[in-house]
Amino acid sequence: MRVELRDIRKVFGAVKANDGISLTLESGKIYALVGENGAGKSTLMKILSGYQPPTSGEILLDDQPVRFQSPADALAQGVGMLYQDPLDMPPFRVIDNYLLGRDSRLVLDYKTARDELAQLAARYGFDIDPNATIDSLSMGQRQQLELVRLLAGGAQVLILDEPTTGISAEQKEILFESMRRMTNEEGKTVILVSHKLEEVQELCIHAYVLRRGKMVGGQSLPCGNELLVEMMFGHMPQRSRRPLFQLGQPVLELRDVTISTYELTVPDINLSVRAGEVFGFAGLEGSGQRLVMQVCAGLMAPSKGQVYIGGQDVTGWNYHRMQAHGMGYVAAGRLEEGLVAGLSLTEHLVLARPEKQFFIDWKANETEMSQRISTYQIVGRPETTADALSGGNQQRLLFSLLNTPLKLLLLEHPTRGLDVRSADYTWQLLYQRREHGTAILFISADLDEIIAHSDRIAVFSGGRMSRVVEAAQTTAEELGHLIGGQA
Amino acid sequence: MNQARTSGASWIARVWPLVPVVAALLFTSGLLLLFHASPGEAYRAMWDGAFGTPDKILSVVAFWIPMVLCSVGLLVTFTAGLWNIGVEGQIVLGAICASWVALRLSGPAWLLIPLEIGAAMLGGALWAAIAAVLKTRGKVNEIFGGLALNNLAIILTNYLISGPWQPPEGGTFRGTAPFQDAALLPRFLESRFSPLSLVLAGLAFAAVFFILRGTTWGLKLKALGKNPHSAFLLGVSSERETVLAMMFCGALAGLGGAVRVLSWFDSLRQSISGGIGFLSLLIVMLAAYRILLVPFIAFFFSVVLNGSITLQLKTQLHSALGGILTGVMVLFVLLFGSAKQLGIGKTRAGSGDAPEAIPAAPADSIAGDISTHARGGD
Repeated sequence: MRVELRDIRKVFGAVKANDGISLTLESGKIYALVGENGAGKSTLMKILSGYQPPTSGEILLDDQPVRFQSPADALAQGVGMLYQDPLDMPPFRVIDNYLLGRDSRLVLDYKTARDELAQLAARYGFDIDPNATIDSLSMGQRQQLELVRLLAGGAQVLILDEPTTGISAEQKEILFESMRRMTNEEGKTVILVSHKLEEVQELCIHAYVLRRGKMVGGQSLPCGNELLVEMMFGHMPQRSRRPLFQLGQPVLELRDVTISTYELTVPDINLSVRAGEVFGFAGLEGSGQRLVMQVCAGLMAPSKGQVYIGGQDVTGWNYHRMQAHGMGYVAAGRLEEGLVAGLSLTEHLVLARPEKQFFIDWKANETEMSQRISTYQIVGRPETTADALSGGNQQRLLFSLLNTPLKLLLLEHPTRGLDVRSADYTWQLLYQRREHGTAILFISADLDEIIAHSDRIAVFSGGRMSRVVEAAQTTAEELGHLIGGQA
Repeated sequence: MNQARTSGASWIARVWPLVPVVAALLFTSGLLLLFHASPGEAYRAMWDGAFGTPDKILSVVAFWIPMVLCSVGLLVTFTAGLWNIGVEGQIVLGAICASWVALRLSGPAWLLIPLEIGAAMLGGALWAAIAAVLKTRGKVNEIFGGLALNNLAIILTNYLISGPWQPPEGGTFRGTAPFQDAALLPRFLESRFSPLSLVLAGLAFAAVFFILRGTTWGLKLKALGKNPHSAFLLGVSSERETVLAMMFCGALAGLGGAVRVLSWFDSLRQSISGGIGFLSLLIVMLAAYRILLVPFIAFFFSVVLNGSITLQLKTQLHSALGGILTGVMVLFVLLFGSAKQLGIGKTRAGSGDAPEAIPAAPADSIAGDISTHARGGD
């Protein structure tokens, strides 16, 4: 089935998630949709799969304009999406789950369904026991079941969102084989949304690259990873000159730290960040950098190795103990992780202050918050609720709530979604922290930001941390290689 | 945005809580008409049952007090985002602990009564702590833990009144022998109302009012209720505050249970709580978590339920009418929701939604990558 998207726009408030995207997908081919985090991939795919309507623009299937009421409607018209987290019902049996939403008669026809399921599974080399319960299946098997369900539902266009996250290497091979079969032999159209460029190069014939809600362009594959990275992130920036800062003693030290989750293992991290140093973690999303940061914050325990902050072994300390020890952490989701919608700025301040009184002195706290509001240039009043602030102001509020002095400051995407001026101001505030000997470790999807503001950089790829590079001496090619997973 | 709303719309929002009350009265009236009964007569009988004699008024007050105690306790747990369904069992445990002191110890009233109250509050708090620890350590939702503990508390009562605490003349499965006089709360005239319990309820009300308005603990609970994850990152220990909030509510519920055995009754009875725990949950929901409304709504409930007892005597109607009225009222509250949700008070269709929609949408879709990322760990 031929898919054409014409001038798709999706606007959330003031944010243009998709800003006039057009693309064409021919049947019998596997396409990749790539872009940095927040580039608008998910939004676009949710529109194509009927999860949400576009603000404007057209979807054409085989040159016929279509309009989807729901994901089920989209599937009925031939478009199915495999989500990163499978949409199944864990307590159900496989066969029940398969029938759910497909057979709406009072008495279910199990026999036919079983045959159908077995036949489809065999065709793609999937291994699914119809009587097993979903929660006994591996991530890969659940994904296979979901794929079979979509195919049985008549999907001619399949969207796979990060399908290789959390599945075994063997299952990945089966998945890739089935994708090739669907396209080469059955003429289906497959779209792979992935951060893993190696997979994209291996499977896809053509990549569409999104950046900040716009279509940057298409690229035939395979090509060099650097080329894709450059399209995704824009041209490699020149490092701006800034005064050198005299670095102090090591503040954060990781010794042979290994982190294991069911999705990813990050082996043998050795790292030392010094007082006053700004250290950047680069890499595509899900490559392990966030796990390392969570270990440093005490939100996760390493499976092996030691963490030292200010010379103290803090391995296995919990988050609140780390906080008391002088660690500050600002997560990426402002209103989800850090701020409480419905609480005023002053109320946030009272919660964040280390010294706790039984009765709140509202007046004193309000005065203090007013001061911080002017220091951090927050557009808001002490009694404003956090959710009423704009994104940039929410970010500044989070920074204003950090305690002083801090030994270590951990930041995820510190300027994501901010305009240039706000981003600049954020970094000025962060540089002030350096004066107090705070070591700053940050993750960013924005290579410009990493190169411009870090002293040193480490790149993560598939759970492995690269050698540490000096930001002043690195080149575009070097980072591109490292992000793509080549040493 | 708020300023943009007309002042005409804001008074609608203010009287909105009365709408379900009126709707429930209308609905119940319709029901009565369906059975060829006169609503006017029924409501008059209810009114007489509640306010007909001074004695009846005092009964209304005496029934009202434990409900206020439980309701203000529940405000604390609701603020922390906890559904303390187990409040019913916490009342029962309070009643049992107070009864234990009343039956097993003897002494002057000034010694017994503080001991009874202390034991009741401790018992209720510990019973609540079980549900809380099951939640924080065992990942058992407090609703299910609470329901199980409610049943256990009732079973424990039945065991006590038919076993170790049965009256000397033999177990009737109805209750223990009446307590010694010194163990009972001093009552006003010949009524079931004890002025001391009113003082205690007043203190509890004031304490909760100030906890939620002006203490760091109250603010922590508020943050926890609104967004546990952000509260954690801001430095709030969810486990500690969850357990404390539940124990606080349990203590007040236990006190309510003590008032039930020591002034409403004079002994431990089979259904000692009389359902006031569940009623209190409804009261807090009806009050939309606003503490100043709680005493009034609780009083209204007390009037309706006490009034319907005499309803059956005066008319041919069953006393369950009071229960129907309150139940329907709660359904209407849930149905109508808040004026804001229904879009009443907007200046123009859709415009009222805008400020809420803006922060929500990017979190859902633009930052979709972020949030799936956050859930996946990395």
